[in-house]
Amino acid sequence: MHKTQFVRTQMLEPEEPPVSSRGMVGWLHANLFSNAFNAVLSLLSLAAIYWILSQVLPWMFSPTWYGTSLENCREINGPAGGACWGVIRERWLQLLFGFYPSELYWRPIATFLLLAVALAPVLFTSVPRKLMYFTAVYPFLMPWLLWGGSIWNPIVAAMGFALGYGVYRVIYDHFGNLAASIGALVAPVLWWLFLAAPASSLLQGVIPLGIEPVQSRLFGGFMLSLTIGVVGIALSLPLGILLALGRQSDLLIVRSLSVGFIEFIRGVPLITLLFVASTLLNIFMPPGTNFDIILRVIIMVTLFAAAYMAEVIRGGLAALPRGQYEAADALGLDFWLAQRLVIMPQALKISIPGIVSTFIGMFKDTTLVSIIGLLDPLGLLRSIRADANWNGIVWELYGFVALLFFIACFSMSRYSLYLERKLRTGHQ
Amino acid sequence: MTELADPPKESFRLGMLIYDTRYRSLTIQVVALIGFLVLVGWLINNTANNLATLGKPINFSFLNDTAGYDINQRLLDYNSQSTHWRAAVMGLLNTLLVAFLGCVTATIIGIVVGVLRLSNNWLVARLMTIYVETFRNVPVLLWIVFSMALLIETLPSPRDFRGDDPAASMVLFDSVAITNRGIYIPEPLFSRGFGDIPVFPDRSSEACVAPEPGALLNDSCGLFQISLNLIAILAVTGAGLWGSRRIRRRADRIQAETGDRPTTWYLRLGVALVPLVGLLWALGFHLGLPELKGFNFVGGTHLRNSLIALWFALSLYTASFIAEIVRGGILAISKGQTEAAAALGLRPKRIMNLVILPQALRIIIPPLISQYLNLTKNSSLAIAVGYMDLTGTLMGITLNQSGRELEAVLLGMLIYLGISLSISGVMNWYNNRVKLVER
Repeated sequence: MHKTQFVRTQMLEPEEPPVSSRGMVGWLHANLFSNAFNAVLSLLSLAAIYWILSQVLPWMFSPTWYGTSLENCREINGPAGGACWGVIRERWLQLLFGFYPSELYWRPIATFLLLAVALAPVLFTSVPRKLMYFTAVYPFLMPWLLWGGSIWNPIVAAMGFALGYGVYRVIYDHFGNLAASIGALVAPVLWWLFLAAPASSLLQGVIPLGIEPVQSRLFGGFMLSLTIGVVGIALSLPLGILLALGRQSDLLIVRSLSVGFIEFIRGVPLITLLFVASTLLNIFMPPGTNFDIILRVIIMVTLFAAAYMAEVIRGGLAALPRGQYEAADALGLDFWLAQRLVIMPQALKISIPGIVSTFIGMFKDTTLVSIIGLLDPLGLLRSIRADANWNGIVWELYGFVALLFFIACFSMSRYSLYLERKLRTGHQ
Repeated sequence: MTELADPPKESFRLGMLIYDTRYRSLTIQVVALIGFLVLVGWLINNTANNLATLGKPINFSFLNDTAGYDINQRLLDYNSQSTHWRAAVMGLLNTLLVAFLGCVTATIIGIVVGVLRLSNNWLVARLMTIYVETFRNVPVLLWIVFSMALLIETLPSPRDFRGDDPAASMVLFDSVAITNRGIYIPEPLFSRGFGDIPVFPDRSSEACVAPEPGALLNDSCGLFQISLNLIAILAVTGAGLWGSRRIRRRADRIQAETGDRPTTWYLRLGVALVPLVGLLWALGFHLGLPELKGFNFVGGTHLRNSLIALWFALSLYTASFIAEIVRGGILAISKGQTEAAAALGLRPKRIMNLVILPQALRIIIPPLISQYLNLTKNSSLAIAVGYMDLTGTLMGITLNQSGRELEAVLLGMLIYLGISLSISGVMNWYNNRVKLVER
């Protein structure tokens, strides 16, 4: 009897998935044409993209870089029309620096390059820690570079901090912590109020060192937005933390003062606070005080951002489990140590997205200073568009300014995503 | 035998104010309060001194003076002879108008974009991401002035509508004119209307004396006037909807008793629409179309560029934030909820309505309301495009004309504060209502 047996000795090669679910076609099927509704949406989107690109690209690539006026651009472009980039070539320096003297442009450029250096150790842990010393020096360097004047001014201001530290050490050895803290607060304030100005002018008289001073009214353009934004951001975070702690505090008076401040600031539009800065702040000060408009704006913007920051951080504090506070107490940490070592690192980590979006919001809000007459990019646009040569230009100018802000804000939000990923320690 | 001494009487020492935790909090608070009072006192003292030097002590009586300026968009009767007070009210109404319009459109756009960003259609999701990132990362003020510039520079001027072969023409059956001076849309008119009733009329004033018995009163009679036509239309619409609901209830009941649902849609439609149409016919309702006369359009309702630019920019800007809130809210509902609901045998529509939405809304609504608040506050940027809102009237022209900076800014801030606090009041009420009660 003949027996036939069939046993396969080798496996079949697996077949490829059907054409409709692999490669390009599969991707298209899954992502663009999975059902009729999606197909319609995709086709509509494609049509919209095509329409926008067909309008924008020919408009963008127009040979008008050397156009001298809108009329001139129109002649170059002919009937097809197109962008008029001449206005950007002629005015981009103004949009960046305002009316800052052009021979001194190196100073704002150096300021913001050094800002990157000073921020690097704060933003990225892989940067050498030694750079932190430069970060500590930078707050004194920045105003001096921008506004100029005698080098002794920032040095004398920094000496206030050194004095505070010295007084703390001396008193601490003899009278204890509390007296030392009070002394460390009072001595620098007295120094700045009464001794700093004469000391600075004395030193300037002995060793005249300095760079050419620049008036605040010459500040403008994107540089002004950056200045207000950076200073406001740097000041509003610590102030916001203090306000949030005040709001969470058990002390009734401290809490009600914080709540009142936060709710008031959050309840009014920033523009009203800027009106206060431009028209009223001098009324609140002793007669004869007249301080710089940019400084006034920075104060108001900082207070504004600090109130929002406080709410964001309060959210982070509230999200911490109660056990963390109790554990810190059980370790015997006092209030400030517990905050610094246990509570704040976690609360701030939770509130990173909120903190960064407050920063972004505040940086965008710096454009409001154009309403009270400062020449930030939007304020400059008004005068450029009123120029007879460029009257009628819309897209190029607004697009340029929007691009500047977009780059700044978008990189901040990307950084916040990076930081969130880096600090995520929970199980995933 | 030695006598046990009483435990040493705790005597109060000054140091305890600082080192004893029982007293320390009190000390801190007293110091904080004193510091605060000293600061406030110092500021008030400075202010009083400065105002005395300037010769204008705080006084709100300027609000009763004649304003002397015109407001181009007014919801109530106003002319340049009205008081500053009335000008401020006009500004407040304009603020509320643009805030309301902006909130409605921003919500609609935001929900659509937020849902589309979660779409499994790759292209649509990317496009929506681009929209959200573009609008969120560019200042709202730039969007506002940019929209305004676009409207002025790119739209046809009324002149282009003239002639036999005009460069521009009206759209929607010749009823809407889009020009660089604004958009003219048809206005509702009533040829046999009921007229208006004045509220708090001053009978002795000239405006309230009817020229002949039964004639309509002057527009400027009373604080403001309520349109009887509007009230009648609202009442009839409400009654119609109520009737339609009654019919639906009845159909529900019949269905529950017998299992058959009577066909009621024509009845419900009729109850809702017939009385309304009848009322409109009785009132002589017709549309007043804009017409080109001379150099400009007349008739119709004129939506000014400033209103449109502000409305458009605020809506698109805020919508990009709302889209993110909606997306976050939907993502926050775990997939297990959907699956659990499906396991209970609910149909997809009911899953959405009964399980997903109530939970997502609890997450979405609070930040949504705070976006409404932001939109309302951002509407104060109207001053950049000349829209006469509260900032433009009270804190703009009134401030400049009367020279009363302190009073005008203070009053303006208080009004905005009032708006904000009422919106956050609504938010807190909602939060408490939907709060999860745990354990």
